[in-house]
Amino acid sequence: MQEILAPLARPKRPRPWSGSSIGLSRRQKDQWAARFTALLATGTIVLVPLIAVALLWRALPILAAKPLTELLFSTTWHPLKGSFGFLPFIMGTLWVTIGAMTIAVPLSLLTAFYLAEYASPQIRALTKPLIDLLAGIPSVIYGIWGILIIVPVVERYVAPTLSYWLGFIPLFHSDNPTGYGVLAGSVVLAVMVFPVIIAVTDEVLRAVPRSLREASLALGATRWQTIKHVVLRHALAGVIAAVVLGFSRAFGETMAILMVVGNVAQVPTSIFDAAYPLPALIANNYGEMMSVPLYDAALLGAALILLLVVLAFNLASRLLLLRLIPRH
Amino acid sequence: MRRYKFEENVFKILMIGSTVIVLASLVLILGAILWRGLPALSLEMITQTPKGGYYLGKEGGILNAIVGSLYLAGGATILSLVISLPIALYLQLYVKRTHYAELVRLSLDVLWGVPSIVYGAFGFTLMVWLGMRASLLGGIIALALLELPIMVRAMDEAIALIPTALKEASYAVGATRLETATRVIVRQNAAGLLTALLLAFGRGIGDAASVLFTAGYTDRLPNSLFSPAASLPLAVFFQLGTPFPAVQERAYASAVVLTVIVLVISLASRRLSKRLTKHVIQ
Repeated sequence: MQEILAPLARPKRPRPWSGSSIGLSRRQKDQWAARFTALLATGTIVLVPLIAVALLWRALPILAAKPLTELLFSTTWHPLKGSFGFLPFIMGTLWVTIGAMTIAVPLSLLTAFYLAEYASPQIRALTKPLIDLLAGIPSVIYGIWGILIIVPVVERYVAPTLSYWLGFIPLFHSDNPTGYGVLAGSVVLAVMVFPVIIAVTDEVLRAVPRSLREASLALGATRWQTIKHVVLRHALAGVIAAVVLGFSRAFGETMAILMVVGNVAQVPTSIFDAAYPLPALIANNYGEMMSVPLYDAALLGAALILLLVVLAFNLASRLLLLRLIPRH
Repeated sequence: MRRYKFEENVFKILMIGSTVIVLASLVLILGAILWRGLPALSLEMITQTPKGGYYLGKEGGILNAIVGSLYLAGGATILSLVISLPIALYLQLYVKRTHYAELVRLSLDVLWGVPSIVYGAFGFTLMVWLGMRASLLGGIIALALLELPIMVRAMDEAIALIPTALKEASYAVGATRLETATRVIVRQNAAGLLTALLLAFGRGIGDAASVLFTAGYTDRLPNSLFSPAASLPLAVFFQLGTPFPAVQERAYASAVVLTVIVLVISLASRRLSKRLTKHVIQ
């Protein structure tokens, strides 16, 4: 009898998470876990301001040495002579980003409308993973694609044709013999932005109640009329948010754009001109920035400008989306 | 009536055309990379480190970049996991839908949008402050910051899909939130968490701008956390920047290696998430 009962009398082995092993009750452990995870979560809230403050701290020397108006509106960039005008780079970023959005917005919105409103479940199931795949391609790969395909096409066909027929308009005038420039950069950026705009728009459209569509279709409206008058009206704010999100993604993109945009510090006046966007400036000069006075402060200041612009657009877009798409 | 039909058809054609263009761009990208890169790819390229004169067209390979990238993205994913999983569990089990949780989610969404070059610049600032030089560790920290929002949000959404009944059953037998998190949620959700991990890894391995400042570049294999490390995206970028066609060919080949890694990860995460969800209680 003793032998049979022996296993029952054996004291329980402490389990990894059970109370007594480190002298805390189960409830205490739960509370400590709550505190620890809350601390980590708060860390993420603090991270954005922390990045901004760190960059500001490093950029202070140049902000102290030069008036802000000179930094933002001067076009001369000669780090060795101590002149740091960001205007060419800010304009370069704007040109390329606006160019990209001009291409990407209509194409992505039409695609998102097709996928959300027309496409059969089979087509959706086939297409969505491919668009997700597009989002996962590294930016250097986009850059190589730009060099291999887009730049030669611009150089050989688009630039000669457009500047021959429409060259009297400054926007299409070309005196850049290579294909590296605003247009090539815009095309590459546009393709990179497709998945962002499509995914968010699709989500917004799917949040529009089905009954609204059915009511419109029941009244005899065509599908396009339903989209135009009912769905779009309901989802307009969300679609704008999607576009803004795409804009901020394009604004900060670095490697792909750096490889195809030409990198000449000038304010572009035509879509064929070379440009030099802010992210490219930072990436291209990180190597020598420690050897020239104020150079590192200027580049980290450029990163700060980039961060603040992207932050503003991103925050606006997210706040808008938060009100439109209910979370689980 | 005819006018409406006409408008309907015009827009339908435009929509289908746009979808075709979007999908065609994917095919074009993959096609161009494979077409130029595959002929230049050789066994030597992926099994050797660069020898003397490699960047002039002499022999060697990009093993340094492949290994460096795996270390960088692997390390960043592990570091990011250690921080992300507690945050995701906190969001779902401890605060769920309070204003505070929404604020954390909003800041994660905003972090997701921060350009990678800014993470690079921030990482660089941190390293200057700590007196570190460009190293594997620096790159891992910068990449972990980049991966953090992706991982937390993916885990957050995955955990949200677990049926409430399951959590309630766990609470009903007297488990605390922590016990529910470690014994029920994490196990039930292994697939979702793994998908989040792979997603972040894929993003990390392809990013160049954040490791440019922080990890440096070297022809040797990294042997400690404090030695500089090469990475595939930068290998592509630097080789393309040389004036020698033979070296540029190798840049295309390196791009194929990078693309294949990213594609395999993407497909694997899709397959895994299907397989692992098979036995999960719905």
